[in-house]
Amino acid sequence: MRLIILLSGLLALILAATMPVSADEAELRAVIAKFSEAKKFSQTEAVIEELQALGDTDAVPTLNALSDGLLQVRESDGAVFIIKGDGETVDLLDPLTREAAGTAPGADLRKVKVKNSIRRLIADVVSGLTLRARNSAVRLEAAETMFSRPDPAMIATLDGVIAEETDAGVKTAFMQARAAAVLQSDLPEADKLDAIALMRDRGGRDVLPILTAIGASTQSDAIRAASREAIASIEESMMFWDAGQNILYGVSLGSVLLLAAIGLAITFGVMGVINMAHGEMVMLGAYTTFVVQEFIRTSAPWAFDYSLAIALPLAFCVSGAAGLVMERGIIRFLYGRPLETLLATWGVSLILQQAVRTIFGPTNREVGNPSWMSGSFEVGELLITTNRLWIVVFSGVVFAILLLVLKRTRFGLQMRAVTQNRPMASSMGIATPWVDAFTFALGSGIAGIAGVALSQIDNVSPNLGQGYIIDSFMVVVFGGVGNLWGTLVGAMTLGIANKFLEPYAGAVLAKIFILVLIILFIQKRPRGLFALKGRSVEA
Amino acid sequence: MITGFLFRALDRKAILVALALMAIALLVPLSNLYLPASHPLHVPTHILSLSGKYLTYALLALALDLVWGYCGILSLGHGAFFALGGYAMGMYLMRQIGTRGVYGNPVLPDFMVFLNWKELPWYWYGFDQFWFAALMVVAVPGALAFVFGWFAFRSRVSGVYLSIITQALTYALLLAFFRNEMGFGGNNGLTDFKDILGYSVQARETRAALFAATAIALALAFVICSGIVNSRYGKVLVCVRDAESRTRFIGYRVEHIKLFAFVVSAMMAGIAGALYVPQVGIINPGEFAPANSIEVVIWTAVGGRGTLVGPIIGAIAVNGGKSYFTAAFPEFWLFALGALFVATTLFLPKGIVGLVSGGVARLRTGREADRIEETLQPEAGAAE
Repeated sequence: MRLIILLSGLLALILAATMPVSADEAELRAVIAKFSEAKKFSQTEAVIEELQALGDTDAVPTLNALSDGLLQVRESDGAVFIIKGDGETVDLLDPLTREAAGTAPGADLRKVKVKNSIRRLIADVVSGLTLRARNSAVRLEAAETMFSRPDPAMIATLDGVIAEETDAGVKTAFMQARAAAVLQSDLPEADKLDAIALMRDRGGRDVLPILTAIGASTQSDAIRAASREAIASIEESMMFWDAGQNILYGVSLGSVLLLAAIGLAITFGVMGVINMAHGEMVMLGAYTTFVVQEFIRTSAPWAFDYSLAIALPLAFCVSGAAGLVMERGIIRFLYGRPLETLLATWGVSLILQQAVRTIFGPTNREVGNPSWMSGSFEVGELLITTNRLWIVVFSGVVFAILLLVLKRTRFGLQMRAVTQNRPMASSMGIATPWVDAFTFALGSGIAGIAGVALSQIDNVSPNLGQGYIIDSFMVVVFGGVGNLWGTLVGAMTLGIANKFLEPYAGAVLAKIFILVLIILFIQKRPRGLFALKGRSVEA
Repeated sequence: MITGFLFRALDRKAILVALALMAIALLVPLSNLYLPASHPLHVPTHILSLSGKYLTYALLALALDLVWGYCGILSLGHGAFFALGGYAMGMYLMRQIGTRGVYGNPVLPDFMVFLNWKELPWYWYGFDQFWFAALMVVAVPGALAFVFGWFAFRSRVSGVYLSIITQALTYALLLAFFRNEMGFGGNNGLTDFKDILGYSVQARETRAALFAATAIALALAFVICSGIVNSRYGKVLVCVRDAESRTRFIGYRVEHIKLFAFVVSAMMAGIAGALYVPQVGIINPGEFAPANSIEVVIWTAVGGRGTLVGPIIGAIAVNGGKSYFTAAFPEFWLFALGALFVATTLFLPKGIVGLVSGGVARLRTGREADRIEETLQPEAGAAE
């Protein structure tokens, strides 16, 4: 949990750093407007140099467009635009913001002429601009770009910016970019050995091909040995990171499974009833999210970031109510006949699927990510997508709340009593039929909020639930019933095992393998990992 | 012993049903082939192949009923055995295509040429012989059921747990058969068949013969099932269903009894699949879908589980309804099927047969009704 708080703090920092720094836009526009008067190449060059002098990275799109011949002047008023498309009329874009600025007939436009020497100048200016950008994130990005496309010609430029650079992180990135360039150049061996050492410190997957290439092409034994050693050390740390990444993916998959399975575990644990319509309860939750978002889109677009918060209680109520109706209407007549219950709930699941298909159509519906859930960030070599992170957090919260409900409330106490010994609980005055009904509603409601979470990472279609139902069963069967910790351990084990097998066996084989393992496991422990013990088990 | 088995198998009702099936096997193809199309009793070819398909479903439902209705094992994975039998037959039919495939390769089926395979995988050997394929049709599902059942029954996995892992089994097979690397045609499965035993599968005569073969197979399976449930073993089977622990305490090896029924049932399902494939002309991994297997359960339940006629009636009635609904109101088929699941379990636990024979029994001695009453007692008190 502390790790998660730390990570979200880190995320906030990164977001803050990437906020665009407002430039002196008027000044830029004034300079860009001069392109309309630049009839000769020398004049164009002068304007480019003026832009360079301003030192503002906002000019980069304009310069790139100029290089591509897309920067054109409207003859009628001398305004400068970036054009898009070709033919009779073309779209005009604002040279700075790249926003649409109307259309113009092609005949009214004149291209700002460029030649190869100007293109080279532009390339230098652009890399100079970005390497000296005021915003450190832009500089870092420029360094990364140069690292991935090393060019020995840039070594001198890099030397210059390394000397000026104050930000330690960016400086390191520049040094690394320089090292990559050095390895491509014909500088002396000592420089290259330094560069390899730098690369080795940097580590990471993208370094490996560079080192492999240098090791294969060089004449020098020292360089070859150094690069081989560096590769070995990087690969070792990569294995560590890979394992970390797999665990992360596994935890993410595991928390999805946990969300989907936890409601099932409750109903199965308390009532011994397999609810085949559980997946459809998840689907109802996802569609509730969709409806909420549609409503917000049409009537209150500003509230979009809160859509999930609004959808959560609604989804709980919708699915919970569906569960309650199902229990009162069908399941309570079938107690003591678990196999028939299984069939009846399967029938309900078919009806719900078709109902949703009739109302919302058979295709996937679009459910958007709120802004605070989109994007991703890296920690070391670990790539973490924000929505997955939130789902891990969310399933942890749901688990904790459920645990509290079960252990600290009156209803939870009654529920546990019924799970452990139904006749005895009944004799003690617990109204078991109502405990059943509300347990079923609770389990279904949790499936509904799982649906809200899944709508963020999966396609919202009438078949959404079916994709999770078998996996959820596996979690419950593996973890054992009547114990939430069993579900947690089951979900995480299956999630992580799945993700660890995937690189070796592929996604499908990994899944098959897991299924076979569970089938074998259930032979050994027919009641799951955390089975209830005692005479209540057989009831 | 075998005469005894047959004698008991062929009680009056069984003789009636078997004879009726034999008559269908004979008369329907004849009417299709030799009556002119204008004749009121003429059976058009599309009806013939449709009802041939229904009969294979009926055989599958009968197989499921043997384990569910008589032994209390609710298998949600019988579609897997059906599909495996179908794949065995499909492999034979693929090998019969020979050089008539799109790529004209004499040995390799088209999809293998397409995937750049150089030689036939070892598990495809022998499938150019009909006898070998026919053997595999029963051997593969039987072996899978044996291994699976051996593990499951020995460790006393029962009830919903067993249902769920049978479902996992067919799901795992579904995923596996979707893979191109498995060598069973991946997503597309096996199709584009030409010949069976030298006769074109498209020909009217072949279709009629396949229909007859299906009806005869169903009749035979019916007699065998009847023999099983009327034998001493069949009585024990019912005991296992109604009070497993008591049966064990009396001294029966419950796991062996269950295993036998499960394996026989899987073999029958395999045969049903093998008869299904040449009639519909395709087998693909979709047949492994867990939803299909659950649908088989509802055929059995609608017809009346714990009776042998029930599943046959149920399979034909539900699938007839499905053909009608999906053509007339495609939107409503799933509603109807879902409602059927709910209504059958709530209001019609004995199925159609139970409804009918319940009415008849009220007029007669009530013996039959009692028997069905017994068969549908939940496993109450079994675990004490």
